[in-house]
Amino acid sequence: MDLFEHQAKELFARYGVAVPAGRVAWSPEEAEEVAAELGTTVVVKAQVQVGGRGKAGGIQLAADPAAARVKAERIIGMDIKGHKVRRVLVEEASEISAEYYVAILHDRAGKGFLAMASSQGGIEIEEVAAATPEAIVRVPVNPLVGLRPYHVNQLVFGAGFDQRARKGAAEILTRLYDVLLGADCTLVEVNPLVLTADGQVKALDAKVSLDDSSLFRHPELEELRDTFAVDPQEQAAKERGLNYVKLDGWVGIIGNGAGLVMSTLDVVAQAGGKAANFLDVGGGASAETMAAGLEVILADPKVRSVLVNIFGGITRGDLVAQGILEALDRLGDRVRVPLVVRLDGTNAAEGRELLAKAPSEKVVSAPTMLEAAAKAVELAGAGGEGA
Amino acid sequence: MAILVDNHTRLVVQGLTGREGRFHALRNRDYGTKVVAGVTPGKGGQEVEGIPVFDTVAAAVTEAGANTSLIFVPARFAVDALYEAVDAGIQTIVHITENIPVLDMTRAYNYVRARGATLIGPNCPGVISPGKANVGIIPGEITHAGPVGLVSRSGTLTYQVMYEMARAGVGQTTCVGIGGDPVVGSNFIDVLRRFEADPETEAAVMIGEIGGDEEEQAAAFVAEQMTKPVVAYIAGFEAPPGKRMGHAGAIISGSSGTAAAKAEALERAGVRVGRNPTDAAELAVAAVKRG
Repeated sequence: MDLFEHQAKELFARYGVAVPAGRVAWSPEEAEEVAAELGTTVVVKAQVQVGGRGKAGGIQLAADPAAARVKAERIIGMDIKGHKVRRVLVEEASEISAEYYVAILHDRAGKGFLAMASSQGGIEIEEVAAATPEAIVRVPVNPLVGLRPYHVNQLVFGAGFDQRARKGAAEILTRLYDVLLGADCTLVEVNPLVLTADGQVKALDAKVSLDDSSLFRHPELEELRDTFAVDPQEQAAKERGLNYVKLDGWVGIIGNGAGLVMSTLDVVAQAGGKAANFLDVGGGASAETMAAGLEVILADPKVRSVLVNIFGGITRGDLVAQGILEALDRLGDRVRVPLVVRLDGTNAAEGRELLAKAPSEKVVSAPTMLEAAAKAVELAGAGGEGA
Repeated sequence: MAILVDNHTRLVVQGLTGREGRFHALRNRDYGTKVVAGVTPGKGGQEVEGIPVFDTVAAAVTEAGANTSLIFVPARFAVDALYEAVDAGIQTIVHITENIPVLDMTRAYNYVRARGATLIGPNCPGVISPGKANVGIIPGEITHAGPVGLVSRSGTLTYQVMYEMARAGVGQTTCVGIGGDPVVGSNFIDVLRRFEADPETEAAVMIGEIGGDEEEQAAAFVAEQMTKPVVAYIAGFEAPPGKRMGHAGAIISGSSGTAAAKAEALERAGVRVGRNPTDAAELAVAAVKRG
């Protein structure tokens, strides 16, 4: 889960990472209030989880509260690369004399942490990595050792930080490591970290990714998710405990096991269709889960057929078939598109027999995954989206 | 021969008295695995269908001679269970639990490696050496012993490929589910290296998916160090970037970790990549029938 800039800065402040004074505002009026409280020239910053908002006009200076209100009016509601701006961060403007980059992240490939610094701050780090990779200092940190003062020295000296910035940057790096561990982050990134004209070092921007598997021990961070814009179907699926991701095709997919479902999306594409979603019902595939899954999928008006792809391992195929029939019974007329069911593995023959005996003309049985995909694509009709 | 688990496996199940632990431990025993102990703190002295329960893994090792552990402990206690197994001297640990905090697992990974123990998982279906031992939740009845080694990040896809190979009459030496998390104890290379060294394994199948770079690293390993044929299947060509597809580790970050890049790297390394699970199973069957 990625935090918004203002949320990340609130988290930073709790750990003593220096950030500019400021606060989130959900309306132009609120932006004016915050600017009045700060009593200085402010920056009004669009809060979106996408890069390039500066170029899109999402960051503007305001000399007084009235100006802050006008700028916020312009920014709230703006569409930045498909992300609608619903709130702004209003904070004191800084007079910048140097811009740096620092980050600490979970390094999946290195099985540890990676701390990074660069004196090329303020631009996308991917651009720096492509143009001048030597300008980024990378220091691997063994998680059993932790971030040590010598690591920090390697970063601030190695990246050639101005000597006025070294002490402040070192302190911020140390505290960012505390944030990483304390809040279970997979990434803490500051770009830019700035040295101001009066010699202060501050995090002017903030990016934080939290580990979803750790949120159980951070209920206060989990709550931040409530302010995110979510797809209504993804929300409904989550409430039913389903593992669902919305996609933009027209063949609904239900399967058991993440790998098998991913593979099903691919096979549908190979057959000329496009999946409307990813939905893993896990091991059980009970009537309740099947009904909940079908309900979520059928709520998407683009769906024109549904492919149910179940491999019975420990779960028996006959029980899965029963689950499907019960789900159909429960949903009745709401099942408005054909259902192609592929059952394989343990007790699959018995399961297929149960389906064959059922009177529903909406259910088509297919013996293999490939045949089922072809059938589901065929029943969805030719011509793809909108046809 | 087989790898990781076999007739010498003496299994302790951490979390034996829980619903899942009990169900699968008994299935593993029915399959023929020597399940010698269970561990649940506070329940030492009890037994589950004749399997003695101990309070600590150390006791299961000294009193029941356990050498392999299967962990079914809930996520918030699961890392502690792992450290306990390592410190008790268990050499092979199969960790089934899902949703373990990634930073906890990262620290544990480094500890386990430093101690020289072998960890499979977490968030994995386990390991089966058909006809010898089944440690985990893989349905033993859909496979049989044969010459192919199988290693996979996904459970049901593994079953799918095993099942299709079985229909063609080809079984496996060992099937290893390495798990769907971003940090797992053993990667493709660790397992492929064992298959390369195992005299009974004639060919290997690897089933990968989006996220991370383990498949790309495995491709380089195959090109440089493997003499046996390797077949692969990669899932997730249709997965959009930035979305987690069920497994915590199945996510395309920026432009890295795509299925296309993985399949390409493997093909460049001389690995035959199946277009779908059926195709991969057929390639695996052909690899051993030809040779």
